[in-house]
Amino acid sequence: MWNFSLWPEQAATIAPKVDALVIFEIGVSAFFIVMFGLVILGFCIHYRRGNPVDRSNPPVNSRIGEVLWFVVAIAICGTMYAWATRLFFEEYTPTPGASRIDVVGKQWMWYVQHPEGRSETNELHVPIGRPFKLNMTSQDVVHSFFIPSFRLKQDVVPGMYTGYSFTPSKVGVYDLFCAEYCGTNHSRMIGHVYVMEPEDYEAWLAEKGGGPSQADEGERLFVRNHCAGCHRGSQIVHAPRLEGVYGKPVPIQVGSEVHFEIADETYIRDSILMPKDKVVAGYEPIMPSFKDQISEQDLLKIIAYIKSLANREVSQ
Amino acid sequence: MSASALSSHDGPPVDYLTNGTTIRSWLLTTDHKRIGILYMVSITFFYLIGATFAGLIRLELMTPKGDLFSSPDAYNTAFTMHGVVMIFFFLVPSIPAVLGNFLLPLMIGAKDLAFPKINLLSWYLYIIGGAMGLWIMASGGVDTGWTFYTPLSSLYSKTHVVGAACAVFVAGFSSILTGLNFLVTTHTMRAPGMTWYRIPLFVWSMYATSLIQVLGTPVLAISVVLVGLENFFGVGVFDPRLGGDPILFQHLFWFYSHPAVYIMVLPGFAVVSEVIPCFSRRPIFGYKFVALSSVAIAVFGFLVWGHHLFVSGQSMYAGAVFSILSFMVAIPSSIKVFNWTATMYKGSIRFDAPMLYCLAFIGLFMMGGVTGLMVASLAIDVHVHDTYFIISHFHYIMVGGTVSAYLGGIHFWWPKMTGRTYSEFWARLAAILDFVGFNLTFFPQYVLGYLGMPRRYFEYRPEFQVLNVLSTAGATVLAIGMVMPMVYLLLSLRGPKNAGPNPWGATGLEWHTDSPPTTFNFVEPVVVTCDPYLYSPEEAEREYEHAQHDVVA
Repeated sequence: MWNFSLWPEQAATIAPKVDALVIFEIGVSAFFIVMFGLVILGFCIHYRRGNPVDRSNPPVNSRIGEVLWFVVAIAICGTMYAWATRLFFEEYTPTPGASRIDVVGKQWMWYVQHPEGRSETNELHVPIGRPFKLNMTSQDVVHSFFIPSFRLKQDVVPGMYTGYSFTPSKVGVYDLFCAEYCGTNHSRMIGHVYVMEPEDYEAWLAEKGGGPSQADEGERLFVRNHCAGCHRGSQIVHAPRLEGVYGKPVPIQVGSEVHFEIADETYIRDSILMPKDKVVAGYEPIMPSFKDQISEQDLLKIIAYIKSLANREVSQ
Repeated sequence: MSASALSSHDGPPVDYLTNGTTIRSWLLTTDHKRIGILYMVSITFFYLIGATFAGLIRLELMTPKGDLFSSPDAYNTAFTMHGVVMIFFFLVPSIPAVLGNFLLPLMIGAKDLAFPKINLLSWYLYIIGGAMGLWIMASGGVDTGWTFYTPLSSLYSKTHVVGAACAVFVAGFSSILTGLNFLVTTHTMRAPGMTWYRIPLFVWSMYATSLIQVLGTPVLAISVVLVGLENFFGVGVFDPRLGGDPILFQHLFWFYSHPAVYIMVLPGFAVVSEVIPCFSRRPIFGYKFVALSSVAIAVFGFLVWGHHLFVSGQSMYAGAVFSILSFMVAIPSSIKVFNWTATMYKGSIRFDAPMLYCLAFIGLFMMGGVTGLMVASLAIDVHVHDTYFIISHFHYIMVGGTVSAYLGGIHFWWPKMTGRTYSEFWARLAAILDFVGFNLTFFPQYVLGYLGMPRRYFEYRPEFQVLNVLSTAGATVLAIGMVMPMVYLLLSLRGPKNAGPNPWGATGLEWHTDSPPTTFNFVEPVVVTCDPYLYSPEEAEREYEHAQHDVVA
């Protein structure tokens, strides 16, 4: 109970940057509060009723004063805005080469899937110094994946993928909270983040006998759900091949026009669940919907498999 | 402000309180002053309910384990009811419906509001909404949080969400009608000579508030109807499984609920802008800046709702736009603080209870304001969003700001409303206790929030306990400070009506009629011939010296 600090730990590379901004803003705020406080206190003492001081011609307005204050306020707000927005874009723009970790939230637990194949609940193991990108969705209501020591959170929303990037910077065990109110056991939807040395992390990944990677699992599901029957070059059904699709623009037929859309996680997810919404130019809308037939976890594995095809050529 | 309103008349005219004493005469009244009193009694009732929930929440949070409430659901219901009651049934109607109703016609020299019957209707709508709220509370309450986020509220909660939404819907119409009434009254019923720039700043702020009420509240009503359509008819609006978008609900909800923050705090500015000049005995500094900054806040207030969605999954670029707009709304607010401070320069300052409340308002509002800049900063909001930092930030604005101003206003106009004076000693003590208790309650929550304690947590990590205990201790002090006025103000009603028309020596037309005013406010037609706030600090000093001299002699 008494063992607590007044400032949270910094365990990701972004944390000291956020703290620097916070300290700057606290400093500016404190300066103005103390300044106004002292001025008001000074007026209260000096101009209290009965104190014989000069009260002649009290000014009733000052355009210069107002404009000056306006300029000061704009300058302060502008600085804060520019600084904070830059950091925000850094947090949400994935670092090149970041490994993707999938997260599914449900009332009231977190399911975490590593690309190497290992999965865990209410825990997240990551090695120090390696960039990661979280790719998250929810099976029911809105949750929020909050790691105070990383200074990062993001709502986890059903029906879409959200996420943020981070690079762990300090070995240790940190809190993981659900920050968006999600019903009865919201305050018990908590866990721990373990930041480890890289070699410990490798050992941890291999702990349960390795097993197939997430993409291999995805390939198995790809076949089991009969995706392969059409998307691997069928003679009967005309369906697009998926090699080299991920991350590239895809031509979509919209009426008589063709639009291009980047094939990211959300696009692939929508194409599995609502295939008639966006049909690739040159193909017929014949794919059945897989809505309510594939769990969120399995969807993420299939997407991981399609992603692994990104650099492959179509083999005839 | 001089006016030819006060005149000699034969025998004491009947004041609005004694003009009919039956319950029927109160329940069917169309007198804006009586309706103001009806609102005061009813919102006080809801305030006590909301405060009871707050007390239970703070008691529960004294320990990290859930022990006071039997289940997490009971706790979740308590904080939801606290939010719903305090926002929709206390804060939104507080200053506008009580002080605004009572004072707006008096301040512009009118006999009543433009639509007296609609005014009574709006009180009945409020009571119907409130009764529905009470019925829902009695039958188990709601556990979705006051924000009713979908799909938790639409698909997963087993409590009376639709009933609560209906209660809010009905109470919303009360708010719309009050706003409409104020707008029309301000436009059409000003006394001769009451030009726009002679209107008291209280009325300017009420005008800005009314604009938001009329334009924003319908959007809340629409969102509530959409939730109903989805629940009963399966029309996919917010539910992803029906092709809806859960974030759309958040957009619609905050499109009303963020401007609603300004519905709650602009009236606080209204009170402070009247009290500070009166107790500093000098004209307000920068009248036009204070007046127009209220309108600017009302306009900008409509463009910042997206700052509640920085981490909700809206686009980064939308976040960047909403962030800069949120910073812009801070600028007119800071101009007000600047002008109130400058108003004290070369004044002759008295420290009666209303002034103490308003000084507390400035301090607490500044704290809420600067932390508002922090949460408008995208990268900081990512960390503190949905933590106790946010809880503390908006309580500094809503309670430290609005409730301090409301209490300041009640103390300032109490002699006008009732004709009685209250104990100045107890009133000052209550103001100080409120300030100390408030800071002790909510300052530790800033620290808790930055450490990462999420809001709406029934149980928490043990390392957060010390700060939570401090907060609960502060809430106890705050509760004492809040209960005290109810005691000494009620006791004052047993005394004689000896306040006199103008106990504070204030300008403003409301002080140029009897206390309490007669039913039609003014005995003779009002004509305004000069600017507002024509106080003179030097004259005030001379009068004070004479008074001191008389005491010595």
